[in-house]
Amino acid sequence: MTDVPTTTKADWTSDQEVRWCPGCGDYSILTAVQMLMPELNVRREDTVFVSGIGCAARFPYYMNTYGMHGIHGRAPALATGLAMARPELHVWVVGGDGDMLSIGGNHLLHALRRNVNLNILLFNNQIYGLTKGQYSPTSEIGKVTKSTPAGSIDEPFNPVSVAIGAEASFVARTHDMDRQHMMDMFRRAHDFPGASFVEVFQNCNVFNDGAFGAITKKDKRASMLIPLEHGQPIRFGENDENGVVINPQGSAEVVNVADVGESALLVHDETRQDPSLAFALSRLSAGPFEPTPIGVYRAVERSEYAGEASKQLALAQEQSGPGDLEALLHSRPTWEVS
Amino acid sequence: MTDTVPRIVGTRELNRLVVRFAGDSGDGMQLTGDRFTSASALFGNDLATLPEFPAEIRAPQGTLAGVSAFQVQVSDHDITTPGDAPNVLVAMNPAALRKELMHLEFGGTVIVNQDAFVERNLTKAGYDADPLDDGSLDNYTLFKVPMTTITKEVCKDLGVKPRDAERSKNFFALGLLSWLYSRPAQPTLDWISAKFKRQQMIADANTAAFKAGMAFGETAELFDFTYEVKPAALAPGTYTNVNGNTALSWGLVAASQQAKVPLFLGSYPITPASDILHELSQRKNFGVRTLQAEDEIAAVCAALGASFGGHLGITTTSGPGIALKGETIGLAVSLELPLLVINIQRGGPSTGLPTKTESADLMQAMYGRHGESPVPIVAAYSPSQCFFAAIEAARIALKYRTPVILLSDGYLANGSEPWLLPDVSTLPDLTVEFATGPNHTKDDGTEVFWPYLRDPETKARPWAVPGTPGLTHRIGGIEKEDGTGNINYEADNHGYMVKLREERVAHIANDIPPTMLDGDTGDADLLVLGWGSTWGAITSAVMRARAEGRKVAHAHVTHLNPLPRDLGDIVRRYPKVLVPEMNLGQFCRIIRAEFLVDAQSVCKVEGIPFTAAELHSHINGVLDD
Repeated sequence: MTDVPTTTKADWTSDQEVRWCPGCGDYSILTAVQMLMPELNVRREDTVFVSGIGCAARFPYYMNTYGMHGIHGRAPALATGLAMARPELHVWVVGGDGDMLSIGGNHLLHALRRNVNLNILLFNNQIYGLTKGQYSPTSEIGKVTKSTPAGSIDEPFNPVSVAIGAEASFVARTHDMDRQHMMDMFRRAHDFPGASFVEVFQNCNVFNDGAFGAITKKDKRASMLIPLEHGQPIRFGENDENGVVINPQGSAEVVNVADVGESALLVHDETRQDPSLAFALSRLSAGPFEPTPIGVYRAVERSEYAGEASKQLALAQEQSGPGDLEALLHSRPTWEVS
Repeated sequence: MTDTVPRIVGTRELNRLVVRFAGDSGDGMQLTGDRFTSASALFGNDLATLPEFPAEIRAPQGTLAGVSAFQVQVSDHDITTPGDAPNVLVAMNPAALRKELMHLEFGGTVIVNQDAFVERNLTKAGYDADPLDDGSLDNYTLFKVPMTTITKEVCKDLGVKPRDAERSKNFFALGLLSWLYSRPAQPTLDWISAKFKRQQMIADANTAAFKAGMAFGETAELFDFTYEVKPAALAPGTYTNVNGNTALSWGLVAASQQAKVPLFLGSYPITPASDILHELSQRKNFGVRTLQAEDEIAAVCAALGASFGGHLGITTTSGPGIALKGETIGLAVSLELPLLVINIQRGGPSTGLPTKTESADLMQAMYGRHGESPVPIVAAYSPSQCFFAAIEAARIALKYRTPVILLSDGYLANGSEPWLLPDVSTLPDLTVEFATGPNHTKDDGTEVFWPYLRDPETKARPWAVPGTPGLTHRIGGIEKEDGTGNINYEADNHGYMVKLREERVAHIANDIPPTMLDGDTGDADLLVLGWGSTWGAITSAVMRARAEGRKVAHAHVTHLNPLPRDLGDIVRRYPKVLVPEMNLGQFCRIIRAEFLVDAQSVCKVEGIPFTAAELHSHINGVLDD
């Protein structure tokens, strides 16, 4: 589309005052999105942000696009209807871990397996923020919060594992401390035709400050974040001294490259149909205290839902002609009374 | 038992006939009733049907729980109900006889499949002795017909498996009834060959069974008469036989066509609403998009998302589904987008009676959301009228940018009647205007778009569809400022918006038809006030009372929120007001609260509709009180 007007970040910024707590990780995510938009060669009016409820779900108000702030957990369902009605739109879904994995977990699963053309950004801060600090479905076991004074006894979800298990076609992970990486992931999500799922590690500095600090602080990243790059052996560390192999049991494992040799390392293939390696990578880290892969886990194209639905409509019109109401009413046996 | 020469059998004319087919769930009784109905419709009778089937797909064979029944009234005059007591009961097994005999009129005709009356089936049905022999049916005219034996016999050379041959026995019963009541055979034969065109052996078996049934009637010397119900003198035109769910589906398609707005249905399968999803999913060439969602909430959310995208978003369900959709309907109230929420009511609470009818979701429709969350409500009152009710509900949703709840119920959904097909050129024009440009000039002269700036007449906000340049805006469920639509938590603003949303709905009363008031009834002693599917039974009951010289008026309300402007005058005009409902008096409570009249409630919450006889007796009771 060559006739898309050139825009700047300011064009994508709404006139609404941003109301997140000072220091919230959501600010840097918002900036990354607003900075990315001018680069995507899309029109503001063709872009829609849909959200549920929660801190993250305020996101649409701050984008100078079309937007809908829905109800708790239901953003993927609202967005599915919109995307089916208007397949030409670029529909983004924004929500937090409680919104998308707890109350709205079901809708996330089904949007992913249907492969609706949505860009789904899950801001994972491992806590309920808007309701002031209860544990979330991604909180670690033992988490002490207002609602778990004796510590959480719930096993947390791993959002990337959930997405891969839900037949997601595109799954990526990034974090709020690295704008360029976020922009790269969001761009990939936008470019991917189908449901794109991006987990963003996001700091809630009020109720769960530093939850990801052990892996996302600048001085920790080299040793604790494992960049996934398509076609490359998976390596990380200050001097790339560590790597990832698939062990004989089929699990991913961090090794010292010097011990195993470079040829033993797993070469990342995001386009691999079989999701088991991507899943194995998602299980590499038990939480944000161990080396954790970031980047695109999986990008495997398959039929997109709204497009398939439109094709069925086109085919029906081709086969039966456009709908004729008079004919429909007379489509069953009729009789005349004179 | 066979004659070589056809016997001369006399024909007696009936004004009306009520037949009830009953058998095991696997016996095909719904199909049999449906075919009898279709043949009668094509013959030109007026008719009304009442299918009744268990919630279980196949309850244990031969048990009372597994009995499935279909009642149809055919007549030579205009009728509005499937009849009170059947004249004829066809019982395919002992359980069907035991369960359904109580419905039969005294002295009525019982036709049984004699082959099914064996000890095992009798025991399952709870009979100690064979009712065909113990004199317990002496008050009825009993015909014992070996349906299974004859059906197997006529199928034996067709190559069909014995089990499949036996399954054709319902067509034997249909053939026998068709002969006995002078129904035309051709529509049924045509239907069999069309339906089973890819299963020739099944078609042959069913055809053979049907013809054998007709031949049996003619030759068996059991029957002294055949009966005939002449065509009804209905208004001239083209008719089709339609049930409520089909008519409703077609009404939705019509609304979409008349509005030139594509239809989007988000739905989750639920009895008795699923047939609307089935029907609409076949209408893709009308541009209809259907989504079988992951749950009830997703279904309504997807519909609302589609409405945001400029489609007519619709969701169909039954009461339990409405309970789940409540929060999203509230969101639609706040977003002020068109949304059609269709409730095919069934027995409740909870799972309740999935396959039985009830109209107990009126208060749920009125108040089943948190906060002050008014929603217009339209109720259908007959199977064919579901078509127009759907168009009317869509009209209100589109014109006033609001969720609308359309109430039907299991009785209307599955019941059928002849429908004088409307001239589609007479359907209302529902064209909507989408926002195309800025609607507000700021003090500094810049042109902007305000999503909550209203049409002064309809109080509807603009429908600005994503993709339209210059109109980007954000909407949401948080309280907003009128005009700009910006988030606003101020006390005064909330008070204003709450009243505005209430007025928006109340104001629709200026744009709905007056109350349906039947006949010249200004001097009536009693007003019978109904809504929904009670229309048929009330109409018949009132006619009977009037035939006895009683002065009775009948008003029927199709718009339950807002109520018609003239309803207050109507309910105050008569000395007595009786409100029959398939609930514990929900509408009666509204009438008493709104108009301070001493309306009396008559309730039936048993999963089956009122009969005209019941209401007739209530009418007389109130008048004699």
